[in-house]
Amino acid sequence: MAEHHSSYVPSTGIERWLDARLPIIRLMHDSAVSYPVPRNLNYFWTFGAILMFMLVAQLVTGIVLAMHYTPHVDFAFNSVESIMRDVNYGWLLRYMHANGASMFFIAVYVHIARGMYYGSYKAPREVLWILGVVIFLLMMATAFMGYVLPWGQMSFWGATVITNLFSAVPVVGEAIVTWLWGGYSVDNPTLNRFFSLHYLLPFMIFGVVILHVWALHHVGQNNPAGVEVKNVAKDTMPFTPFATVKDLFAMVVFMIFFAWFVFYQPNFLGHADNYIPADPLKTPAHIVPEWYFLPFYGILRAIPDKLGGVIAMFASIAVLAFLPWLDTSKVKSGRYRPTFRIFFWIFVVVTILLGYTGSQPTDKVVLSLGGRTILDMVGFAQILTVMYFAYFFVALPLLGLFEKPKAVPASIADSVLGDSAAAHK
Amino acid sequence: MTIASRSLIAALAIAGLATAGSSALAAGGNEHPPAQKWTFSGPFGTYDRAQLQRGFKVYKEVCAACHGLEKVSFRNLAEAGGPGFTAGQVKTLAADYKIKDGPNESGDMFERPGRPSDRFPRPFANDEAAKASNNGAVPPDFSVIAKARTYERGFPMWAIDIVTQYQEQGVDYITGLMTGYVAPPAGVKVEDGLHWNTYFPGNKIAMANPLIGLFDDSGKASDPGFYTDGTPVTREQVARDISAFLMWAAEPKLEERKQIGAKVMLWLILLAGLLYFTKKRIWSRLEGAH
Repeated sequence: MAEHHSSYVPSTGIERWLDARLPIIRLMHDSAVSYPVPRNLNYFWTFGAILMFMLVAQLVTGIVLAMHYTPHVDFAFNSVESIMRDVNYGWLLRYMHANGASMFFIAVYVHIARGMYYGSYKAPREVLWILGVVIFLLMMATAFMGYVLPWGQMSFWGATVITNLFSAVPVVGEAIVTWLWGGYSVDNPTLNRFFSLHYLLPFMIFGVVILHVWALHHVGQNNPAGVEVKNVAKDTMPFTPFATVKDLFAMVVFMIFFAWFVFYQPNFLGHADNYIPADPLKTPAHIVPEWYFLPFYGILRAIPDKLGGVIAMFASIAVLAFLPWLDTSKVKSGRYRPTFRIFFWIFVVVTILLGYTGSQPTDKVVLSLGGRTILDMVGFAQILTVMYFAYFFVALPLLGLFEKPKAVPASIADSVLGDSAAAHK
Repeated sequence: MTIASRSLIAALAIAGLATAGSSALAAGGNEHPPAQKWTFSGPFGTYDRAQLQRGFKVYKEVCAACHGLEKVSFRNLAEAGGPGFTAGQVKTLAADYKIKDGPNESGDMFERPGRPSDRFPRPFANDEAAKASNNGAVPPDFSVIAKARTYERGFPMWAIDIVTQYQEQGVDYITGLMTGYVAPPAGVKVEDGLHWNTYFPGNKIAMANPLIGLFDDSGKASDPGFYTDGTPVTREQVARDISAFLMWAAEPKLEERKQIGAKVMLWLILLAGLLYFTKKRIWSRLEGAH
């Protein structure tokens, strides 16, 4: 969809004056009021707004938390506890922020899965998609560094394990790790820089989100039918009030889910170990990353070679950026791709199972016969890793060539009216 | 909604939470402590003031010899949502403690009676002193211990826990630990300085049964009047009381959190309902809307 004609009409003298000098109200009007939205979007399309809400919630709670937090190895743990005990509603801020990170990732995984199911990465949305992958990477870096700040056992040992990954880089690996740490182990300089970067990266996320939304508004939204807007009058509706009220409703429903954890299960998504102050001399029984990293952690541990594992882990995320070219099908939406759909769901299950392997001890037996181990956790993760990459490098390229897609509706309007006609039968 | 999108919801809900509960810290191979009934569990849970006061007595007279409570202040004992001591009681209580302060005008450190604003003093001057009197191990501080201990829930229990709001692993574990000192199974050798406990990860725990002084060999209370509120002094009762007190110490704002939570939930659900109907109404303007 090309840029639509601006329908903003300044109604007061001040607005006319401002519009001639800085058309910022026009920009807001065009992007949040009159912006044409496909009529057939389902509730999976509300996760963009939910993510925007989560980003702002994390920024606001984080900025206030930073006013009370002390980034020093001797005081960090205690300053977090004093937030919980002595700062007015400090417990609320901290629990919102800690659980907010998990909610952010739940929402982003739904958002990514939606894009993968409905082919939202395909032309002309490749740049929009790649910007999304960049946001995802920045989110992961931010979340990882944020988890280090309370300076509990899992903070310390998680930081040690993850930063040590870079030592796998040939020749300069050790030097990189020393540079990251600011010393020869995870220590005060590490905590300090992680705090600094944890404060910086969200604003970088915000910047890339602006680009992401800009790209979105330039090319227009994909939709469940996967056909582009042909007739703006018939196929779309103005963003306000239609999408606004729908997004708002979905956001509040998501907030109920969020509040359930904040008020009733605030430590469910965390680790008990992180309530033990960091002790460099005592390694926890299991060092486990936060749940949202587990599938990638599973891939890391599946490869017996350290460098190979690190490459596979980063590749498992980087491969997302190449989706627009790996998927050869002309049809966007999974709704009209029966065979693709099977592979998509296998991929979802494989990713969840990879997360499971990431959470378990590597020598745990998955399958045994007559007392003999047939498959341990590493072996299981290896099979799943192959399946994970096969989705991108085998299934998607070949499906486009061999799959017989179902008939795609002629237009979005047809798709909507067809749906409702079927519903009334 | 299509079948595809409905199954997508289900799969993602599972995906989002699938791995969350599977990372408990307690090493495997141990019995799970039995689930206790707690007044502070569930969405409307509150602490039992009398229980917290009894638990505090256990802490003060038994645990405090080795375990600190350094993030808790005396004043917290009189704050809302806590054991409910009066300000006067806390003042008297604090004065019983010697607090190191200073330096004074001549540059010397000195000891003075505690004030409500002071935190509980550490039982040992430093970690080395703690190690010296405890076989080389530092007894952990108790301020957040109830949140720092757990046991593996396993699938599908952790998923059910989201709905039932079960989050008392820590206190159930501590109660189990306090009642779990039994003779080791036949043929198992327990090294000197270690003790057998049913619920401790790996079973061999350095801490001797801390409640041993309260009970004689037959398990009867050596001082039946230990509790002044008439509560029978049994091993299980004492274990539950100290656990509840430690939960409060770790989560002193629990009551406030749950009370605000109820209001937030009610408000959000009402708002969601209003928005749902607003959305329906607005969307009815669209031609062919469903």
